[in-house]
Amino acid sequence: MKLTIPDQQPKKTHWKDYQKEIADNNYYYERSCIRQTFFPGSETAFLKIIREELGLNIIDDKDLHTCTGIGYYSGIVPLETTMTVVARLFSLMTEAGYKNFVPSCVTSFGLLNETVDTWKHFPEELEKSRDFLFKATGRTFEIPENISHPSDVIYKFRKELKEKMKYQLINKFTGKPLKIVEHIGCHYAKIFPESVIGGAEFPQVLVGMINEWGGEVVDYPERRHCCGFGFRQYLVMANRGYSVANSKKKFESMKPYSPDFIVCNCPGCAMFMDKWQYTIAEMEGVTYDEEKKGIPVLTYEEMTGLLLGYDPWELGLQMHQIGTETLLDKIGVSYKAQEKYLGNSGKMLTAPEKPLNLIV
Amino acid sequence: MSQKYDKLYRDVRYIEGLNACMNCGVCTAICPAAEFYDYDPRVICNTLLSRDDQKIENLLVSDTIWYCGQCLSCKTRCPRGNVPALLISALRHLSQETGLFIHSMKGRQQYAIMKTIGKNILSTGYCVHPDLVDPQLHPEQGPVWKWYRENTEEVSDKLGANYNKEGAGALRKIPKKNLDEIHEIFKVTGGDAFRKKVEKISEEKAKELGFHCEDEIMNSEYFFHLYTSNNETDHS
Repeated sequence: MKLTIPDQQPKKTHWKDYQKEIADNNYYYERSCIRQTFFPGSETAFLKIIREELGLNIIDDKDLHTCTGIGYYSGIVPLETTMTVVARLFSLMTEAGYKNFVPSCVTSFGLLNETVDTWKHFPEELEKSRDFLFKATGRTFEIPENISHPSDVIYKFRKELKEKMKYQLINKFTGKPLKIVEHIGCHYAKIFPESVIGGAEFPQVLVGMINEWGGEVVDYPERRHCCGFGFRQYLVMANRGYSVANSKKKFESMKPYSPDFIVCNCPGCAMFMDKWQYTIAEMEGVTYDEEKKGIPVLTYEEMTGLLLGYDPWELGLQMHQIGTETLLDKIGVSYKAQEKYLGNSGKMLTAPEKPLNLIV
Repeated sequence: MSQKYDKLYRDVRYIEGLNACMNCGVCTAICPAAEFYDYDPRVICNTLLSRDDQKIENLLVSDTIWYCGQCLSCKTRCPRGNVPALLISALRHLSQETGLFIHSMKGRQQYAIMKTIGKNILSTGYCVHPDLVDPQLHPEQGPVWKWYRENTEEVSDKLGANYNKEGAGALRKIPKKNLDEIHEIFKVTGGDAFRKKVEKISEEKAKELGFHCEDEIMNSEYFFHLYTSNNETDHS
């Protein structure tokens, strides 16, 4: 069954009550464990966009470390410990002379907001975190004046970036807008909806980019359902049924709308939506597109970088299990297919094995 | 009124997460865990509001508190501002602190997470890093991930990373002085004592069940048992 995308015009004002301030320059960037691991090219692209396309200032600190968020949300790191580790991250920001904290990870974004909120509601917890940090490291810290996710920053400058873009989110074969599923990480929009433009139900961060850059947003029933990470539900193999079942619920719900691709602002969601499609194809022989190739999944940095004309193999699209070439062709991106597996040293690497069912 | 679990009632997540529940069931309706498991966040709120020691203890020894995925979808939707996911975090912490986690199969899995993510944090400064995502433990990652693992430096550095090297950048080696500060934070805040307690209780349980434990997870029979097994009656 093919469904058409309903007219979203009447809903366009619902989100306007939820606004937030996004700092306009001088960012302290916190790298993400998951994004560095699965999408290192996305973090590189973000820094390049901020520095070279927008001419803004951002610091990439060598002394950064995990926020412990994955450990905290899976229950192995106590709250006091996590809040003090967060305090150390803020101390690094303070030491570097910055006030605008930009965490690459959505888990971090949620955790930092939760920590600051806890300190606000329980001042004695803030004092405890300050004491713990000083006792452990001799450090002090200031709370950031602004915490924005990097996707917020791209959203803020979407019009300026459009001016520099080589491509649009238009299918070059049909001339029609590409149909795009936007998936927002739960810990971006659901913990503190007031920290999100559009709140939890109408987050504008990816919608704003898609609309500005020529695409069409798919409004499907399970649009706001979790990707299924679930922390301990994925980290322990015996629990992974939870994780894949949630992604599957989303894929089944979006399939009738025939999306051209999925874009995520959370690195975990992007990885799961990519890898669970492979898993489902191999376990059940099911894909959610017509060609048995799966629905391509991009990070928002990859989407932005592609439109700016960055090389897909320098953005890291070769690390995706669902191939992206069909999408690149639709956008009209110029790329060298033979260089997909070219290594940093110039050596041509042996290509990955092919899956049994999923066509790559 | 209960006194036994006073510590729970002083937990900021309990204070933040629980007002009188109106039993509308919206949290359960949108909960991904409720759809997958025999789990009902509305009932968690009601049980805690009862302040009944026995009922709370029943939760602390159960699989139930380990079903939540911490997506916090419940936070957005509750008309009374309740947050069952925060209550679950507080319950999970108490269950481990009191040693009661060891009575449930899902609770015992904490040892497997301590030995993977917990160890990663302290030894590398990352929760996750490509060197730590072993394809044997992660078959769902597929052949591209296996390929990446075989060519990590060639591929990641092409993408602008600084794989296992000094200085800034993605996947950089985290300097010892930073790891030392993280260790100190764990010591001072009780994170270290908490980890040791959970591991000690887990290793005693492994002995009781007849499983061999090793610090190196790939050689640890108990780790693999926890990591791969389910109680088929409840979780088939």
